[in-house]
Amino acid sequence: MSDFLLETRSISKRFGGVQALADVSFGIRRGEIFGLIGPNGAGKTSLFNVLTGLYVPDSGEVIFDGQSLKGLKPNEVAERGIARTFQNLRLFGNLSALENVMIGRHVRTHAGVFGAIFRNRATLEEEEAIERRAHELLKYVGIERRANTLAKNLSYGDQRRLEIARALATDPKLLALDEPAAGMNATETAALRGLMEAIRSDGITILLIEHDVKLVMGLCDRVAVLDYGQKIAEDTPDKVQRDPKVIEAYLGGAIA
Amino acid sequence: MDILLQQLINGVTLGAVYALVALGYTMVYGIIGLINFAHGEVVMIGAMVAFTVITSLAAHTQLPPLLILLIGLVVAAPTCMLLGYGLERLAYRPLRHAPRLTPLITAIGMSIVLQNVAMIIWGRNYINFPQMIDKTSYHIGNALITNVQVAILFLSALTMVGLMWLVYRTKLGTAMRATAQDQMVAGLMGVNINRVIAAAFVIGSALAALAGLMVGTYYEIAHYQMGFMLGLKAFTAAVLGGIGNLAGAMAGGLLLGIIEALGAGYIGDLTGGFLGSHYQDIFAFFVLITVLVFRPSGLLGERVGERA
Repeated sequence: MSDFLLETRSISKRFGGVQALADVSFGIRRGEIFGLIGPNGAGKTSLFNVLTGLYVPDSGEVIFDGQSLKGLKPNEVAERGIARTFQNLRLFGNLSALENVMIGRHVRTHAGVFGAIFRNRATLEEEEAIERRAHELLKYVGIERRANTLAKNLSYGDQRRLEIARALATDPKLLALDEPAAGMNATETAALRGLMEAIRSDGITILLIEHDVKLVMGLCDRVAVLDYGQKIAEDTPDKVQRDPKVIEAYLGGAIA
Repeated sequence: MDILLQQLINGVTLGAVYALVALGYTMVYGIIGLINFAHGEVVMIGAMVAFTVITSLAAHTQLPPLLILLIGLVVAAPTCMLLGYGLERLAYRPLRHAPRLTPLITAIGMSIVLQNVAMIIWGRNYINFPQMIDKTSYHIGNALITNVQVAILFLSALTMVGLMWLVYRTKLGTAMRATAQDQMVAGLMGVNINRVIAAAFVIGSALAALAGLMVGTYYEIAHYQMGFMLGLKAFTAAVLGGIGNLAGAMAGGLLLGIIEALGAGYIGDLTGGFLGSHYQDIFAFFVLITVLVFRPSGLLGERVGERA
């Protein structure tokens, strides 16, 4: 089995006149925290959307766990084991925190419409198991006492945690976090960092998009840098930080 | 006789039927934003199928009347569920990503198709629903309530409680609510969107079949165009309550039934005998226009802009 959990091979995506992604290739190793950084509009979120099946790339291929994701719908990608959170939170606001997490279990459960209406034993047991697991996950991310609060009434930091719990509910191999620290204060960011380390030590690989360069550099094993849709660096945080191309992309060449 | 109380009783009965049908409109609208104008025809088909089953059983067997009614429902409900599923699968799903006007017009088209199919099968004349229940009346104050009305109220209430439980307490219901809020993310979480949408149609159609049987038994009459006006009224009820909102559809249905019954009861007095109670339809559409002008989001509806 390959060393890489996820590999992108020459991904390109164009929107009208904008080349959002140009020939992007990188690999995420099993068990690492992989950072993806880049200035605004560099194509980070587009790449995320390609990985999770929301966008179909114009060319190139994503290999996940040894298999191509070509042509898979988002829910099938989720089934293969990629879960994500969103830069602008996309929780189900009118569902309770617990229900939000329970929705995430749909990837792994298959009781159908008739089971839901006629309540056979398998359905009942499955629903019970789902609820139990959802409680565990809420506890894991530290918002269990908020289980019955509507998602829209949670504090911002708790909403971020809830999104992570919901993503974890799909039993992912790769957890992709799109700017999880956006809008967080220093304390919340520190707690988030602890959470990510805990998730990694539970054997889940993490792909992290983040603006907070300090967080990325302190936490990630390796980092890729995107600029204008192209990968300009992929290495350990130390080396990336000293890469002149990266410095130029971020600071417009003022220092270099 | 106490006209006010009597019309209230009649209105609540009628309203319960409107509410059942309105739930079908509102569930589908809540999830895919489509007004399924063929829903009234599903009610009609439910009434017609129940009629066929009940008449032939009544003619050829000695089964107890209540059992015959029940068999009528047991046949009509799956027929309507299949019909609802078929409508979604064949007429609406291929248009899921088309401009909103397209499925709306398709819905009107399906409604015409179903009416004509029903006309071919059951003829163009009014059909007399066999009277299966010996009507008895009970006194409430100075007004009367029949056993059929009691049965309608009881069954509707039971069904609505069941539906609320399904939507708010089961995995399927949670998936439906999630899909209504954010279809894309629900899909990402592994919710089978197609199945959830189909479920909304199928459940709504089961309620429609029950409503069809009730209307047939209550008015003792069925007709291939009966679904048209009933559908429009139920749609009005759904809009009145706030379309997309289940509790709203129930409240809107009851309220509309009461408004109509009271209107029919007093319109003669109000207009000095110029308009009779057969003008009762005026009230439903007066309500529809008033709601659309002054509170388009309905009584319990949220403003559309707030659904992120």
